This record gives sequence, C-alpha cells and structure tokens, in this order.
Amino acid sequence: MIEVKDLYKEFDGTPVLKGINATFENGKTSLVIGTSGSGKTVFLKCLLGLLHPERGDISYDGNIYNQMSPDEKRDLKKDIGMVFQGSALFDSSTVEENVMFPLKMFTNQPYEERIERVNFVLNRVNLENANKKYPAELSGGMQKRVAIARAIVMNPKYLFCDEPNSGLDPKTSTVIDTLIQEITKEYNITTIINSHDMNSVMEIGEKIILLKNGVKAWEGTSDEVFRTDNKDLTNFVYSSNLFKKVREAQLKEDSK
Amino acid sequence: MLKEVFKRPQKSSIFRESIFKEIEDLGINSIGIVAFISFFVGGVVVIQTALNLENPLTPKYLIGYASRESLILEFSPTLISIILAGKVGSYITSSIGTMRVTEQIDALEVMGMNSLNYLVLPKIIANVFFYPFVIIISISLGIFGGWVAGILTGLVSSADYIMGIRSDFDSFHLVYSMIKTSVFAFVIATVPAFHGYYVNGGAIEVGKASTRAVVWTSIVIIVLNYFLTQMLLGK
Repeated sequence: MIEVKDLYKEFDGTPVLKGINATFENGKTSLVIGTSGSGKTVFLKCLLGLLHPERGDISYDGNIYNQMSPDEKRDLKKDIGMVFQGSALFDSSTVEENVMFPLKMFTNQPYEERIERVNFVLNRVNLENANKKYPAELSGGMQKRVAIARAIVMNPKYLFCDEPNSGLDPKTSTVIDTLIQEITKEYNITTIINSHDMNSVMEIGEKIILLKNGVKAWEGTSDEVFRTDNKDLTNFVYSSNLFKKVREAQLKEDSK
Repeated sequence: MLKEVFKRPQKSSIFRESIFKEIEDLGINSIGIVAFISFFVGGVVVIQTALNLENPLTPKYLIGYASRESLILEFSPTLISIILAGKVGSYITSSIGTMRVTEQIDALEVMGMNSLNYLVLPKIIANVFFYPFVIIISISLGIFGGWVAGILTGLVSSADYIMGIRSDFDSFHLVYSMIKTSVFAFVIATVPAFHGYYVNGGAIEVGKASTRAVVWTSIVIIVLNYFLTQMLLGK
C-alpha cells in the first residue's frame, strides 16, 4: 500500500502540487486523471523519487520514503516497476537485453535462469519471437508491452504507468489496459496509472483520483464517475461528446 | 555531479563490460581519423619547416628535430584532443542527451541505478587510460608522415630527418605530452557528459547541447593547455 500525505511540490516558486492526500491499495488499479498540466506526471515522479517534494510524506507499506537510507531507497526501487509514456526502452539494446537489464544488474542469476525469466515475461505480455529485435523495429503497442515486461521482470510490488495508452489506437489501448489489470491481480501489485483516457478509467479504474491545478478535486470508483455531481469531474469527463451522450442515457435510465 | 560519478559501481562485471564498450566507441573508433590527420599534418609540418629554413648554414636535420618537437609538444596532445572534443564530445552529449529526453535516464533511476556513475564513469576511465595510446599513435604517424613528405618532396634526406628525430630527445617532453593528454581526455569525457545529462527539452535542445559541449570542451582544453604548459615546462 502506498500512502501520500500532504504532498507539496513547487517549481521556481510556482506550486504544482498543493497538499495531496491519497491512499493506493494492494492488488488494485488506481488511476490518477486530469487535464494536461494538472500535476499528474509531477505527482508520479514524486512517488518514484525522481522529484523531491518540498513538503509531505510518501510511505510504501508504512515506510516513509524521505526517512529511508540510500540503501533502503535502492532496495525499495527493486520493488518498483515503471512504464514510461514513451516506453523509455534502451534503443541500442534488443528487446531481450532491455527486459534482462534489471536481472543482470540486481541479481546474480546465471544466464540460463535470466533468459528463462525474460521469455516467461515476454510470453506473459504476448510478445513472442521479438527477443532479438531492437525497439525501433517494433510498433508503439509492442514497445509498450516490452516496457511492461521490463517493469514486471523483477516481480515488483508497485507498478507505475505514465499515460500507457498515449499514441496507441483504441484496440491496442484496451489490450494494454487489460494486461496491466491482469498483472495487477495476478501478482497483487499496487498499480498507479496516470491517464487522461476515459476508456481506461471505465475499463480498469478501481480507484480514481482527479487532479486539477495541483489539488485533488475528486476521488471515487469508476462506478461513481457517471453518478457524481462534482463539477471538476463532470467538466473533465464530458469534454468528450461520447461520454456526454453516455451520461445523458444513464440519467434517463436512472429517472425511469 | 562528480561526487555521484565517482561512487563505487553497483556491479563490477557490468562496469567492466561498459569500460570495454566505451574503449571501442570512444577510442578505437577514433583511431582512423586520428591516424589520417596525423599522417598528413606530419607531412605539412616537415614541408613548412623545410621551406622556412632558408639559411644554407642551418643543418637539415633540424627539420626532423622541429617536426618531432611540435608533434610531441603541441600537435598530437592538443590539436588531436580538440578534434576528439568535436568527434567524441558531440557523440557523448547527443547519446546521453537523447537518453535524457526519451526518459531512459529516468528509467535507470527508477530501477535504483546511479545513472551518472553507470553512464559517465566508464567513459572517463576509457578516455583517460586509452587516449595516451591514441596520442602515441598520432605522434608516430605524424613523424612517419613527415619522413614520407620529406623524401617525396626532396626537401630533406632520410638520413638527415632520422638524425633530427633522434637528436636531443628529452623524455620529459613525452611525459608532459601524456599528462596533457590524460587531463584533456578527462575534460572530453566530463564536459560533454554534463551538457548531455542536464539537457531539457527535445531533439533541437540535444543538438544545441552538443554544439555547446564541443565549444566549451575546446575552450577548457585551450585554457588548461596554457596552464599545464606553464606548470610543467615553465621555469
């Protein structure tokens, strides 16, 4: 479980996160949504330790990140998997080398064991016969799947995904969403996804947090999204005509 | 930055692998251009020296002597380092800068890696320990190029040239040349790495950072050259 208390982050005196409180439970897929510039990526980077907040605590299973020693932080990071928006694969390495990298770096497993694990996770993300290919030879969806494979190869306790569907077609987006959700359940991982994709919210969002101008504007489940009167959320959700129509249909049904 | 760079590597086997990879990328792959330039500049140095020694009483062997001294003291360590600042420096900045803008460095950090140590230290070690060999090759080929040019143009005989090469040799000049080379090699690895590591933005910023890195590396080399010469050769 990840707990965030009063998280505050600013850049050059401009606050970007203004005292965020949130809890992310094990085995659940939580989504942080919001428009561009709402502070989602900064929030995620603070959770990952890539940015240092001015105030507030982030605790991983009760251990406060800021109070950990460098060694404890390094150990914690072995339990973290991250899928970046642009996949962030090492472009001079093959798929196999990319996925094997954390195993090579942090374990003393012999090559045979490592390759077995790599093949297992690549199969798990439905990516076979791509071991020797370079990231540039793969489609966007395949790159995302390699990134997921690399993120889960060390059996992480926490999985973070920054806009995992950006640049993907709706069908591939659904495949990636489903994959992330399945992996979360299978391995009882705490998964946090940054997204502004409403399909993801409805498909896999068990807990949803809306950020607006660095403030938590709403928190709830995907079932509650269409039933809330929270103005910030409705403004965000119904900026899409499709969801506006879904909402109207749902309200009609509710009134019957 | 340097404090993080010089921390103990997280896994020695990977570190060793990285050093050999960097020796190949930064050192061995530069030998071709260094050899080509050194050979021809050696020839030019001999021709220009010979043409400027108009007094018939000046012994011809001085052509070989002057060529050797200019190659050991200045051309090979300093000018080749500036050429390498362009070739290797831009490569270092653009490769690290691209990793930065495509979040590959963030990916390393999230995994718990010390990205500065992983990316920069092998480059420093590869440069500092391999560039002296590159410069020795440069000096040798420069002297050889001078000999070929002297024979082909008839400006100096083989015997006079070899006599000049062997006369009044001060081994400290070679030590001075190697000290300069090692310092410049450190600069060629670190200044571009700094510009690449802290780049912000996209492809255009990476390009600008590469240009900036080459300019600054060259400036630092020229300034250090002055101070090192004063310190090591000044009376």
